Amino acid sequence: MLSKRKCEAKVIAASKLAENVFELWLETELAENARAGCFIALFPHDASTLLPRPISICEVNEAKTALRVVYRIAGKGTTEFSTYKAGDYVNIIGILGNGYPLEEAEGKRVLLMGGGIGVPPILELAKSLKNCEKIIVLGYRDRELFLKEDLEKYGKVYIATEDGSVGIKGNVMDVIREEKINADLIYTCGPMPMLRAIKRFAMENGMKAYLSLEERMACGVGACLGCVCKTTKKDHHSHVNNARICTDGPVFLADDVAILPEDMEEK
Amino acid sequence: MNTEVKIAGVSFKNPVMTASGTFGSGMEYGEFVDLNKLGAVVTKGVANVPWPGNPTPRVAETYGGMLNAIGLQNPGIDVFLERDVPFLQQYDTNIIVNVCGKTVEDYLDVVERCNDTPIHMLEINVSCPNVKEGAIAFGQKADALYDITSRIKKISKKPVIMKLSPNVTDITEMAKAAEAGGADAISLINTLTGMKIDVQRRCFALANKTGGLSGPAIKPVAVRMVYQASHAVKIPVIGMGGIATAEDALEFILAGATAVSVGAMNFVNPYATVEIIEGIEKYLQQHQISDINELIGAVK
Repeated sequence: MLSKRKCEAKVIAASKLAENVFELWLETELAENARAGCFIALFPHDASTLLPRPISICEVNEAKTALRVVYRIAGKGTTEFSTYKAGDYVNIIGILGNGYPLEEAEGKRVLLMGGGIGVPPILELAKSLKNCEKIIVLGYRDRELFLKEDLEKYGKVYIATEDGSVGIKGNVMDVIREEKINADLIYTCGPMPMLRAIKRFAMENGMKAYLSLEERMACGVGACLGCVCKTTKKDHHSHVNNARICTDGPVFLADDVAILPEDMEEK
Repeated sequence: MNTEVKIAGVSFKNPVMTASGTFGSGMEYGEFVDLNKLGAVVTKGVANVPWPGNPTPRVAETYGGMLNAIGLQNPGIDVFLERDVPFLQQYDTNIIVNVCGKTVEDYLDVVERCNDTPIHMLEINVSCPNVKEGAIAFGQKADALYDITSRIKKISKKPVIMKLSPNVTDITEMAKAAEAGGADAISLINTLTGMKIDVQRRCFALANKTGGLSGPAIKPVAVRMVYQASHAVKIPVIGMGGIATAEDALEFILAGATAVSVGAMNFVNPYATVEIIEGIEKYLQQHQISDINELIGAVK
């Protein structure tokens, strides 16, 4: 595997997918090493900004020459990205993070769950998982859905919206309960309350779950120790139950991260 | 053309090092730059026992800079000596170990453990603004700084650099206290204490409320303090604070720094250290300067 690099990428397509949600297709040599669950970080041109913006990989093209990223406008950097057009250039660093383990899904019934801006990495994951039955559950705020059609190509898709405008009213866990969905293995990405609920659900049902976490980060390569999360076991790097989300993650086995109140008591 | 500089008898192939806390122990950035090219790798602060650091969020971006409140998370000196020092020994670069502690005894413990190891120098962190005990408490009062410096010097077999805080009224007093305590060199500046409030969420951007400001935004403050400190003491000064380019590095050298450290900009440009070294060489050629030592403190 090639090492991480910072390099210039060419925007080959850019569009708006939903309210405040945009996509970029970037032509870059980094695509060769991209895997589901990994991320890149984009540097805004605005000279008052310093740090790159970490964004998950939504899709890799078949030729492995381009990456698709889907992001929500959250501030100055992502606002700038939303103005990019085909032909523009942007500096990126990657490929970052560990990605989802794919082999474990073979021959199993797997549940892929994405919440909000945690939906994008589920697409490349759904594309990459082979020889397994995929059930996809997506949670959104309202009728401003995105990537639903893309995901329908890879499995049965269930939708939850907070306002009930599409699918089941509530969140992804309400879908699981109402549709009585069961599976052998869970892969997920979404906001922390959702990840906590999924970890608890997986524990109660004796299922294995892989969670993709998010945190404010600076370097993205494991040096600054900005983006740590508490872990249940002492990890080899920190020796203080603090894994680096950018490097040791962003994907963790649910059992390994201390995100529930009881996780902390156990130690 | 000579780019070699000397600090306390230790020779550096060039005056460019990494600033503590921005480069781990070199492993992560070894994927981007050839560590053999660096004057030195200054490691992330290490204490006598593992420290868990602060809660997240630990970092926030500001105009032309960033705030951090990592809280000196580190695996402790045992793991550090077993894992990080052997890693760095594979490279032809100097190893400077940044030392942190809550009490003087904590510092002395680490200093002693480093005595019979292959590291080249110690940098004593008495200036981290993000931990509640120790650290900066020793770096904001001249008598406390004098005391800890002299106690470390008494037991250290390695040359000692005292890393100073800019969060003081008069940097020259602190520089003189370190020198009087026997420091072999001083390095400055550590981060400036700052704060950011998230207006949308109406909360602090950092879990620690305050953090240390670094990046290009602080460079003019750092250059001024390096200039003042280098005129106040005879020991060498290592300058840092927002260095992004060779021109920035040369500014510090002209102000009086014998060497410089690249910090937050490693996060922005992982190739920064090596690009700065190449840029300095190019500057020397262009201006027909045969020895970089001619530039140290050349602007009076």
